[in-house]
Amino acid sequence: MAIRSACLSLGIVLALALAGPAQAESGSGKVETQKWSFGGFFGTFDRAQLQRGFQIVKENCAACHSLEYVYFRNLGEPGGPEFSLEEVKALAADVEVIDGPDEAGDMFERPGLPSDLMPSPFANDNAARASNGGAMPPDLSVIAKSRTYKRGFPNWLFDLFTGYQEQGADYLYALLIGYNEAPAEFNLLEGLSYNTVFPGHQIAMPSPLFEDGVEFNDGTKASVEQMSRDVSAFLMWAAEPHLEARKRMGFQVIIFLIIFAGLFYATKKKIWSRVKH
Amino acid sequence: MSGQSTYTPGSGFARWFDERLPIMRLMHDSFVDFPNPRNLNYWWTFGGILSFLLVTQIITGIILAMHYTPHVDFAFGSVERIMRNVNYGWLIRYSHSVGASMFFLAVYIHMGRGLYYGSYKAPREILWILGVIIYLLMMATAFMGYVLPWGQMSFWGATVITNLFSAIPLIGTGVTEWLWGGFAIDNPTLNRFFSLHYLLPFMIVGVVILHIWALHVPGSNNPTGVSVKDKEDTLPFHPYYTVKDGFAVVVFMILFAYFIFFNPNILGDAVNYVPADPLSTPPHIVPEWYLLPFYAILRAIPDKLGGVVAMFGSIAVLAMLPWLDRSKVRSAVFRPIYKQFFWIFIIVFLILGYLGSQPPEGWYLLISRIATAWYFAHFFLILPLIGLLETPRPLPESITKSVLGSAAGGAPSGSAASPETKG
Repeated sequence: MAIRSACLSLGIVLALALAGPAQAESGSGKVETQKWSFGGFFGTFDRAQLQRGFQIVKENCAACHSLEYVYFRNLGEPGGPEFSLEEVKALAADVEVIDGPDEAGDMFERPGLPSDLMPSPFANDNAARASNGGAMPPDLSVIAKSRTYKRGFPNWLFDLFTGYQEQGADYLYALLIGYNEAPAEFNLLEGLSYNTVFPGHQIAMPSPLFEDGVEFNDGTKASVEQMSRDVSAFLMWAAEPHLEARKRMGFQVIIFLIIFAGLFYATKKKIWSRVKH
Repeated sequence: MSGQSTYTPGSGFARWFDERLPIMRLMHDSFVDFPNPRNLNYWWTFGGILSFLLVTQIITGIILAMHYTPHVDFAFGSVERIMRNVNYGWLIRYSHSVGASMFFLAVYIHMGRGLYYGSYKAPREILWILGVIIYLLMMATAFMGYVLPWGQMSFWGATVITNLFSAIPLIGTGVTEWLWGGFAIDNPTLNRFFSLHYLLPFMIVGVVILHIWALHVPGSNNPTGVSVKDKEDTLPFHPYYTVKDGFAVVVFMILFAYFIFFNPNILGDAVNYVPADPLSTPPHIVPEWYLLPFYAILRAIPDKLGGVVAMFGSIAVLAMLPWLDRSKVRSAVFRPIYKQFFWIFIIVFLILGYLGSQPPEGWYLLISRIATAWYFAHFFLILPLIGLLETPRPLPESITKSVLGSAAGGAPSGSAASPETKG
């Protein structure tokens, strides 16, 4: 078909283009492709993993990072961690929310509701920088979609058609387990940490996860790898809360279109059989 | 082919209406009875595919505009709210962003078909130039649309592109500040880009109507490039081409749906999910994939003004194509030399696209200079020369002869070297 031959010629061209210039590799740390329950064409989130991931965010990350676009109610919605309504209410009530103004014109504090956004740890960006040595802890709502890594040829070409969209989760996982001692010759600036995959290898965030840093209700051992994996999965959900609905609908739409195209083709053949062409 | 109208009103009301506003007659003559060459292959279905995409973009765009806030403080958040809180907002927004890429994919194939089969040659010069205008409007629309989510690449892409105007001697800075509505890219810039992004698609619709009008005067070109000689050479648009185009649209929708549902972000830049920050420049500023070849041309020229002139010139030269190509034979099927240079040109264009995504240094820069030189040489040197030197293969007597295979030369539309052969 048109598309296939276009892609084929694109592939040939890229092979030619790459035969000349060598790829400049920056950094020794390599992001590895991980296996995720939400990967592939039929992927779905692992509820228990998302719940563990949320626990890590709540107990560790939320001290510095906001989740600006996530509501407490999202935690109970289908396709996410799917906490029960009672759990969602309890999680929301755990935080104090500033509301108002009341009838007297004053702002007041009240316990959070499921309809509230997750509160941010700092009043504004300057406060966030001031508390973090001048570095701004980024908002985590869409971080799993805003981070990626160099896939290189021919991977990026295959990625177009394999439905690979876990670059962000792969990168975050590699980053979280990527804290290491700086090599002897590496000139690490004061207050920064060495990370194998972070661009430039100097990251303002100190290693955030420690063995048994949290205690999971489901008895999962809280190793750094396990926590990194769970929190990356949670952040993927936070960035793409409708991922499951999207893939499910996609399957239905594509099946429909294939049948529709088949019927259309049969009709076309029948009509065109009247004339020589 | 403006012939005699064959419309017969089916009822008394239709007759009454036709005497007052013959719009049904116009529709009937343009899209039902309209005679099309009988040998059009699937490369000719991209006009229909593009019409479908234009309508899709406008519908999804209007819905997005109902929920979007064009303000520097709220734009990024309002797009996230569409993705999260609007019912099926993710579907509408992904359809729109993927739709832009599909639009360009289809338009490149559509233009490539025009180049291969010589569809720009007399008497279709105006038709072709209107197409180039549509393409320019599409690029402007896509660029401004990409600014609206107000991510990092939105902001910095807008910075790079608007700064191009500062290369104009004497008035450059003034023009740039006039475009910005201030001394930097800020809220006024975002507001006007939103306004223009809403306006331009309707201008595209207007030029598309002219494009179709200009198509319906000489009628479609065809794979042989031989003009229609009599009624035998044609088939009525309906049902033959409605069903063929319809089938092609549905097949194209499968690809479209794949990207919407299974890889919606792969064609965009991840950095655009970081909110715009005027104080932090991303390491690599790259436009969307469909503008990369022109970005490579811009950066291949060491001089800023020269780069801007070359970039706009690379599109303007397309409008001059009907007069640069001196050959009287339209279709590359019968032009052995041109056919080879056509494919070299396509490869050069793709190489430019790849180089546009890479930093302009070392080998990349050298190759993009060679490719840029080739791009222009193709139009100003190669095409005029081939027109003079090439001996075309014998043309079939008529479309019908070529279809029925009674001509001695065989059936060219099925010859192995022609790209219209379907897999």
